[in-house]
Amino acid sequence: MNNFNAAGCWALFVKEVKRFYSVSVQTIFAPVVSTLLYLLVFGQVIDTQIEVFSGLEYSQFLIPGLVMMAILQNAFANTSSSLIQSKMHGNLTFALLSPISPFEFYLAFIAASVVRGLAVGVGILVIGVFGFDLSFNSPLWILLFAVLSAAMMGGLGMLAGILSDKYDHLAAFQNFIIMPLTFLSGVFYSIHALPAIWQQASHLNPFFYMVDGFRYGFFEQSDVSIGLSLLVTLFFLTLISAINLILLNKGVKIRK
Amino acid sequence: MSLAVQFQHVTKQYGSFEALKGISFEVEEGAFFGLLGPNGAGKSTLINAMSGLLVPSGGAIKVHGYDVIQDYRQTRRLLGLVPQELIADPFFTIRQLLELQSGYFGIKGKEQKQWIDELLERLALADKADAITNQLSGGMKRRVLIAMALVHKPRVLVLDEPTAGVDVDLRHTLWEFTKELHQKGHTIILTTHYLEEAEALCEKVAIMQRGEVKALDTTSQLLATHPFRYVRVAVENRNTALSMELKTRLVEDDNAGYLFRLEKEQSMSDMLGMLHHSGIAVKDVRTRDATLEEVFMALTGAAQA
Repeated sequence: MNNFNAAGCWALFVKEVKRFYSVSVQTIFAPVVSTLLYLLVFGQVIDTQIEVFSGLEYSQFLIPGLVMMAILQNAFANTSSSLIQSKMHGNLTFALLSPISPFEFYLAFIAASVVRGLAVGVGILVIGVFGFDLSFNSPLWILLFAVLSAAMMGGLGMLAGILSDKYDHLAAFQNFIIMPLTFLSGVFYSIHALPAIWQQASHLNPFFYMVDGFRYGFFEQSDVSIGLSLLVTLFFLTLISAINLILLNKGVKIRK
Repeated sequence: MSLAVQFQHVTKQYGSFEALKGISFEVEEGAFFGLLGPNGAGKSTLINAMSGLLVPSGGAIKVHGYDVIQDYRQTRRLLGLVPQELIADPFFTIRQLLELQSGYFGIKGKEQKQWIDELLERLALADKADAITNQLSGGMKRRVLIAMALVHKPRVLVLDEPTAGVDVDLRHTLWEFTKELHQKGHTIILTTHYLEEAEALCEKVAIMQRGEVKALDTTSQLLATHPFRYVRVAVENRNTALSMELKTRLVEDDNAGYLFRLEKEQSMSDMLGMLHHSGIAVKDVRTRDATLEEVFMALTGAAQA
């Protein structure tokens, strides 16, 4: 009886996907458009003036970074906003009264955040391939980093959602932790262009490895080795997952 | 008779505050059980601990022999909770919510769709099935919560203040539906502030106060053990001063006359004698037994009974 409740987990996953899909203008199309604006401003205007890696135009370098930034931010937003809204409206109670285990709960939420992250990422790429010369040298690396990074950020979003008691707490988490870390993760530049001290600082930012590994999948050039990026991404995914599962098992701020 | 729910020394602490102080009692299968008590007595805390919405600090709760912590999958399938707080979901219609909730329990198929239709029909929600819950009135939201609690056909239905803020019509509809479920063999556990409802519906009640059980008995026994009966006296001359022995028995004094309590062993002629000695011209006398509200107030000290 205590086996995996696959049907319950699937139902919760479907609910989470339907939730963001029902407001897809806000959850998918808006981030695609705003990311394309970044691409337009930074890519088109600076394109001819900077060469980040040899033989690569700046816009080609920029697109994977922007895609990954959008994936990270939207995966985070999905779990965090869903949880805080459910807590505020009280409808989290419905899931809590059901025979869904903490692990199944976690899995359903994370899978939905991955779907949203990938939906936004694919949206940007689909439009990107029409305007820019994009290569997809290692699609498997692209997919692997997209999924693992979205899962990690979905987990971080869940952590923020669990710990936040009001929207203000969540906004603080988003603006003071997530935004700075994504903007300083090498989305817009190669860290080799930075002074030595900032290069060292960038190595402490886990998001840097996700962006760098994802970018490797496109043109097989990166700031650090793909193996290191994968290891760091997996490490943080495991760490965040473990923290979430401990909190969910104890019922911290959810089962009061 | 087998047991539906067992509370065994259940405690819940919030810092230094003890919300539940070692609660122990049992609810038999098929019972209509009332959990009564003033605000802050710990009723909702106990119910939420049973349903898995909070983790008790100590003790154990069993539903049909399954532990609510260790065997939570079984106990949550056995329990249906109608929570006290109204809940809304801005993204889904009532029907979608019921289908999703069925999914959480792994229930689907034609039979389940029919059950959802039946619930919508019985709770007068059929014409609102495609409405978002945010658009519903308080009474409608309450009905949705009842449908959600019943969607997996639980053996034990727990209703936490289900008629709070609900109009008279809906209250009657809810009680008729609940009585029908009880007749079909469901165990019903109810908390309510409307004690006349508890008196009419519940076979057995527990009265809680400050995290403890103050009384636990059948409703008829609780009423029988109350030491007083009540005498309503309509009078001709309201200005007459009451004697000391009448003053100590006075419960209410209004335009219609007086309400006195009388020890059960005392005869009505004693009462009439006291009225006569005070010079009160009696127009009419009616006696009645104690209500559950009077028993409740005597036990919880909410007022002098």
